[in-house]
Amino acid sequence: MHELQATDRPLLEVKHVTKRFGGVVANHDISLSVERGTIVGLIGPNGSGKTTLFNCIVGHHPIDEGEIWFKGQEISRYRVDHIARMGLVRTFQQTHIFGRMTCIENMLTSLPPARRGLRDLFGHGRRADRARALELLEFVGLYSKRHHQAGSLSFGQQKLLEFAMALMNEPEMLLLDEPTAGINPTLINGLVDRLRRANSEMGITLLVIEHNMRVIMNMAEYIYCLAHGELLASGPPEDIRNDQRVIDAYLGVS
Amino acid sequence: MSTRTAGIIAYAALFAIGLFGPWLFPAHLSQFSKLWLFMVLALSWDLLGGQTGYNSFGNIMFFGIGMYASAVLQVGLIYPVADYTAAKGGGTEFVFSAQQIYAGLALGVPFGGLVAMLAAVVFGALLLGMRGHYFAIATLGLAVATAELAAGWDYIGAGSGMIAPPLPNDIDGTRLFYYLSFALAMLTIAFLAWLYATRFRLAINAIRDDEDKAEALGHYTVRNKMAAWAISALFTGLAGAIYGNLSRFIDPHDIAFNAEVGVWMILMAILGGMGTLWGPVIGAIVFFISKELFWTYLLGWQRVALGALIVVIVVFFPEGIVGWVKNRWPRLFAPPTEEDSPRQPDNGGEAAHA
Repeated sequence: MHELQATDRPLLEVKHVTKRFGGVVANHDISLSVERGTIVGLIGPNGSGKTTLFNCIVGHHPIDEGEIWFKGQEISRYRVDHIARMGLVRTFQQTHIFGRMTCIENMLTSLPPARRGLRDLFGHGRRADRARALELLEFVGLYSKRHHQAGSLSFGQQKLLEFAMALMNEPEMLLLDEPTAGINPTLINGLVDRLRRANSEMGITLLVIEHNMRVIMNMAEYIYCLAHGELLASGPPEDIRNDQRVIDAYLGVS
Repeated sequence: MSTRTAGIIAYAALFAIGLFGPWLFPAHLSQFSKLWLFMVLALSWDLLGGQTGYNSFGNIMFFGIGMYASAVLQVGLIYPVADYTAAKGGGTEFVFSAQQIYAGLALGVPFGGLVAMLAAVVFGALLLGMRGHYFAIATLGLAVATAELAAGWDYIGAGSGMIAPPLPNDIDGTRLFYYLSFALAMLTIAFLAWLYATRFRLAINAIRDDEDKAEALGHYTVRNKMAAWAISALFTGLAGAIYGNLSRFIDPHDIAFNAEVGVWMILMAILGGMGTLWGPVIGAIVFFISKELFWTYLLGWQRVALGALIVVIVVFFPEGIVGWVKNRWPRLFAPPTEEDSPRQPDNGGEAAHA
């Protein structure tokens, strides 16, 4: 879907990143890389620095040490909106949607950067954009809510809307912060299926923070585990599942 | 009846009333001129405050800047401005012909708007990185500083102010400025109706609802905020330019940078309903008529009555008149039953994937 890069470098590279808040070291010397077209998991106990790392990657927190590269370009000092326009988009753990707008307006606000020039900004929108918005709302099962105020949706529905908005943005890579948290069990399978299809059909690379081990072990090809702000272990799901350090720090004995 | 049709009818009604104003309310023409200009202030304040979610307590500075800029150009086209202001309006040698007045207005009023707009771009670059209360307080400080600057600058008459170019006897100033004010109000409503129908409204509403999210989606949030404030300042400046001519005497504190008017423009938007096109229009009408009644019938107590009205507005109409109507008769504002082709049914995200 996206043109191939000349280099063989990973799509996203985090190199020795350290982030401190005052005396607290939230991320210490973390390195990880995500290959184009893959689904990678990021796990770890609460407070282990997963969301902080997301915030560092997308430019929300300036990093203290290290480098972050995306598409072969160093993005460590870029602004949030600039990085998003490069095709690296994140969702939030606590949903962030535009509460006083309708679902369809939320979708139209999430159009890809290429569709947000001055002519589009001061235009009335194209029919194709609307069709795409409705298609994606249908994809996450919110079609019938299209005229509802987004703020009136339940938490789970807002989560789905935020996911649809992220897809509308046509990113090359999505950072998802606990996509299944707060979503009822019957819906989780559907959501996982949609995440997989976003990866396989739309070619979107995924980096996913997730506490639901059944979900992440099934979905991810490779997993990084953080603890106390440091990288504890990394490897394919089966290795992580059996890694004694990960079991001690996070998974526990089941 | 769709809301769009209702809007067109309201606009036509306002247009008709305004057009025949000199015959409908000949004795109160200058009050109604002020009403039209106040409407512009409320509408343009709401573009940033209501639609973009950035509460500027300093928009009055654009009113004053537009007023002075226009007056300076109107005078400067004919006479040296410093000599004119030094005479403090006493100099009988400063006469303007009808052509000079019309040319001055045609150039001066747009110039006032443009200078105000330019000021918003400069101030925006400095202030729009701040959010919430910080931005509000910073704009307040800026407005106070601008007023003091104007009151200390001899070129524009410093503390004793400036007189707008005197009209020759063959111009009916009351009627001229009434129609200018009316035209500006109608232009502002029409322009904002167009603007709010474009994607730009979604872009600035996104900033209001969740600026972090808008950034995370790659929006040019800074550019969009600047554009909103610049447009807001343009119309506020145009209103100021006309107001200076209407009131004739431009005093830095009492007319141009009048802090009270700076608060009123916000109150009108709140009263009518922030974040809507018609809220500020309705708010301006209700507020202005109440204010004029208080000043006429409750003289001595007029500010007490106005204060009480403000409390009533905030307590009983937190979402404004338009918001109140929307809550009471939600059906009037039901989503359009539009062209979307029927799809396979879902039940709002409850459907497990098949």
